[in-house]
Amino acid sequence: MTSTDHQAEIAADKAARKRAKRMKRFDNPWLNPKLIWGAGLLLAIVALGLIGRMLWNLELVYTGSTPLKLPPLGFENLRKQPGVLDYPLGTDGSGRDILALIIMGAPNSLFVGLLASLIGMSTGIVLGFTAGFVGGRTDDVIRVLSDVMITIPPLLILVVFQSAFGDVSLTMMALLIAGFVWQSPTRLIRAQVLSMKQSGYVQMAQLSGASTTDIMFKEMLPNLIPYLFGSFIASVTTAIVTAVGLEVLGLGPQRIPTLGRTIYEAINAGALIQNLWWWWGIPTLLLATMFIGLLLINLGLDEVSNPRLRKA
Amino acid sequence: MGRIPRKYLINRLITLALTVLIAASMIWVIPRLSPVDPAEIALGRMASGAGAVANAEEILAQLRAQMGIDQPLIVQYFKYLKGALVFDFGLSTATFPTPVSALIAQALPWTLGLMILSLVITFVIGNLLGALMVWDHSPKLAKVAIPAAMVFTSIPPILSGLLLMWIFAAKLRWFPLTGAYGLTVDPGWNWAFVQSVLHHGFLPAMAIVIVTFGFWALGMRGLMITVQGEDYVKLAEAKGLKPRYILYRYMIRNAILPQITAFALKIGLLIAGQVLVERIFAYNGMGKLLYDAILDQDFPVIQGVSYVIILITALSVFIVDLIYPFIDPRIRHEGG
Repeated sequence: MTSTDHQAEIAADKAARKRAKRMKRFDNPWLNPKLIWGAGLLLAIVALGLIGRMLWNLELVYTGSTPLKLPPLGFENLRKQPGVLDYPLGTDGSGRDILALIIMGAPNSLFVGLLASLIGMSTGIVLGFTAGFVGGRTDDVIRVLSDVMITIPPLLILVVFQSAFGDVSLTMMALLIAGFVWQSPTRLIRAQVLSMKQSGYVQMAQLSGASTTDIMFKEMLPNLIPYLFGSFIASVTTAIVTAVGLEVLGLGPQRIPTLGRTIYEAINAGALIQNLWWWWGIPTLLLATMFIGLLLINLGLDEVSNPRLRKA
Repeated sequence: MGRIPRKYLINRLITLALTVLIAASMIWVIPRLSPVDPAEIALGRMASGAGAVANAEEILAQLRAQMGIDQPLIVQYFKYLKGALVFDFGLSTATFPTPVSALIAQALPWTLGLMILSLVITFVIGNLLGALMVWDHSPKLAKVAIPAAMVFTSIPPILSGLLLMWIFAAKLRWFPLTGAYGLTVDPGWNWAFVQSVLHHGFLPAMAIVIVTFGFWALGMRGLMITVQGEDYVKLAEAKGLKPRYILYRYMIRNAILPQITAFALKIGLLIAGQVLVERIFAYNGMGKLLYDAILDQDFPVIQGVSYVIILITALSVFIVDLIYPFIDPRIRHEGG
């Protein structure tokens, strides 16, 4: 090998390393556009709830606080009434301001989703680790239980519950839904734990005398984080879909405004035939935004945990 | 391939039985924890019809005996389980004394029909579009338009249903707003009725299709990417087979199999979503039956409908689990 060859090689090597460094800086997988857009959409909804609470008159969510069936600003309803600035998104059939309704309602849906999946996830983490680590009978019980529960659609059990008990609070609904979103994280974590148990670094930790909890939480949990996030977002989606489903059946919380309940009231009042599109349309649009945001986050997280998808 | 290992079969059967048992028990236990007394609801319904009821206590006791709720709980529970096995859920309280099973028998064909129709459509469209996203020879438009359409995947079908109802039924009046068939046609096997059913069923089916096809398309895309690099596809290309032939016979055929398992996991959510679609379209299926029962506090019907839907879900999962190795010989049943 001549020295010029050698120098060229070194130069090429340097350039490659420089490129790699730059790629590393810009190619942070957590900064992919899907993730950012998804998070942005959800944050916008949270911001609507928070800023709206400070700026808008929330007394307008009470029945009869506004004129009936006014359209949003810039539109006319069937009675040729124009929209007014006082109620920029229009009003519903019992005299409530739609803007105030969504300011109050949108965060409620997210709250149910987050609380339910936080509880579900925590249960899933504990059960999944236990099943994967302890094995034997315990594993059998947990595995069969999660297999069984995963086929039961939460909506139908909760319909029975809520029609028997009547009004439920938002927190109660979240707790009930949490009972149905622990299965997939449990299965996921159990499978991952079983495969990780065989890996070198876990066996190394075991040999060096680390305690089981240390191995679980210091060695294995960090490697599970992208999966956990993905699973978390999936259960938030399931939880919100279930909550909205119950509300559209008229079974959600009765005394606080929710997006699903607004849609329920709109359908019952015949808003579709009366062309009161803003009444059901605006909550629908907001829910759709929420779900699209969650989907984008999930796709973005897929790219984080599965680098092969990034190049495509 | 071929025979199902007995251990696996037993395992799946136990899971199926446990699923149904646990679901049935939950449905039974939950209303009993509530302070609401179904006999009093029934009495209240009588009272509101007649103005006043004489001998209220006597009638209450009679109603309780009729509903079987004067017996010890454990007896009630086993009676209920025995009934559930043969789809006997007692009598509807709102349309007393119609048996719940008769109401369900009326509603079930509608739900199953709508479900199978929309499932077949989404499965075909979704997988085809997913394959086109990857295929080298597909039109440019497909590669841009399909990912955009994918955004709908995340939206529950009630929302898409509302949108379709508004555009195509309320605004354009191309399709009827609600119901499963027109009021003017006689139910039966005549052309007018079939036409009316199809006309009414189109929007609810579409509401489900547009939000579910993306799920299959996404899965198919991933599988196609894997299949694309396989040697047999390269060989087929080298042999000079037509691209279209390769797409259907070599690529899709191999990629589609894992999609069927995905189907098993998704079916519960699909059915729950459809129940809601039926509710907003006032379609004569289980969803409407359930919704009306909720309004009337008709617990036997609520229980019956929930039970039957859970049973359908569990059975579908069971069947898919069992037949899967027959469809895909590469997969063997895990020793279980």
